[in-house]
Amino acid sequence: MVMWRSLIKRELQLLGRQKADWLNPLVFFLLVLSLFPLGIGPEPGMLKQIAPGLVWIAALLSVLLSAERLFKDDYRYGVIEQLVAGREGLFSYVTAKICCHWLSTGVPLILVSPLIAVLLGLNFDSWQVLVVTLVLGTPVLSLLSVLGAALTMAADKGGILQALIILPLYIPLLIFASGAMEAAATALPYTGQLAVLLAFLLFALALVPLAVRQALRMNVG
Amino acid sequence: MSIILAAEALSCVRQDRVLFENLNFQLSAGQVLYIQGKNGAGKSSLLRLLAGLSSPEDGQILFHGKPLSAVAEHFAEQLLFIGHQSGIHPQLTALQNLAFWSALTAQQPADPYQLLGSLGLAGLEDIPCFMLSAGQQRRVSLARLWFTTKPLWILDEPFTSLDQQLIAKLEQHFLQHLASGGVIVLTSHQALSASYPELQALELEYRW
Repeated sequence: MVMWRSLIKRELQLLGRQKADWLNPLVFFLLVLSLFPLGIGPEPGMLKQIAPGLVWIAALLSVLLSAERLFKDDYRYGVIEQLVAGREGLFSYVTAKICCHWLSTGVPLILVSPLIAVLLGLNFDSWQVLVVTLVLGTPVLSLLSVLGAALTMAADKGGILQALIILPLYIPLLIFASGAMEAAATALPYTGQLAVLLAFLLFALALVPLAVRQALRMNVG
Repeated sequence: MSIILAAEALSCVRQDRVLFENLNFQLSAGQVLYIQGKNGAGKSSLLRLLAGLSSPEDGQILFHGKPLSAVAEHFAEQLLFIGHQSGIHPQLTALQNLAFWSALTAQQPADPYQLLGSLGLAGLEDIPCFMLSAGQQRRVSLARLWFTTKPLWILDEPFTSLDQQLIAKLEQHFLQHLASGGVIVLTSHQALSASYPELQALELEYRW
């Protein structure tokens, strides 16, 4: 636990020094969503109808954008090599990475969601459902992105490769998250979709850290 | 004396090129294995095999008489590996880098400021490592040798970009470690200047 706390501290120190790593995805998210009302026209009915899909596509791409460099530096400077050789710290390192990735990309998206609701003309109830889907869904986005980053960290230009690997895994998430918001907008029950999102989250939480650890080992060996 | 680390008929292939084959050695407490060879001869590959990062094409590595794969956890606890890259994150300060390594191994220096000061880094503890020179970064990376309790050190080119004074200090520290029963495996292009009581030299030929 002491080790894990120190590793979290290190990740936060790194995020503090490399602000672009978490500011860029957030700005990207806001920019994309603020362009839609301008491009499509400010008609509230139209925006409200496509809002669920828009928000989730923007969230998905912005998290993907943030993940490419996740392991690059640690790999290049030999940190990962030493973690793999040392063994005991590797799993804590992976979980710390995932936590801090979510803190730096998922949580900001949740925090700016009221602004998004205003931009897209969502009412209070739709905003609440948006927040719930983001709370359940963004950790899954982070987990999958970290996995993609771990698999492609040794590739020189891994960005596109990572997108190809990870985007198919994002799709179920996109369907159920925007599905929940659409159902809520038409006053239909949406707990089913939320339950599926929760199941995704628990499943990913259980398996992805182990897969990431294995991917790091493979890339070093 | 019991043998700590041994290689039996080790061979390594990289990109269809045999780097070395049928390599044997045995290291007991207090001994140093000094690996020499031209660029590309396979020194770093051999160290990565010994550190358990990759597996040999043929042959096996024994740690206290048991194959490495069978005692991987125990071996990792005893091993300090500093590879070709120093393991220093350039965006973090010297102190933060040391703290990271301390956290991983649960071994702290008594006084990190004093340790860094003794390595000629006084006043540079709190600035990001990318602002330090190559030699100074190497010092930050090697600082862990002064507070680790791990007996087996595997070091890839530890003297790179260090000045004469620090090389002498490092070699003195090696001698102390060996005297207290440690084992060191290292590669270097420069001759060792201190006199080691039990030195095994291993010359890797560059092969086509």
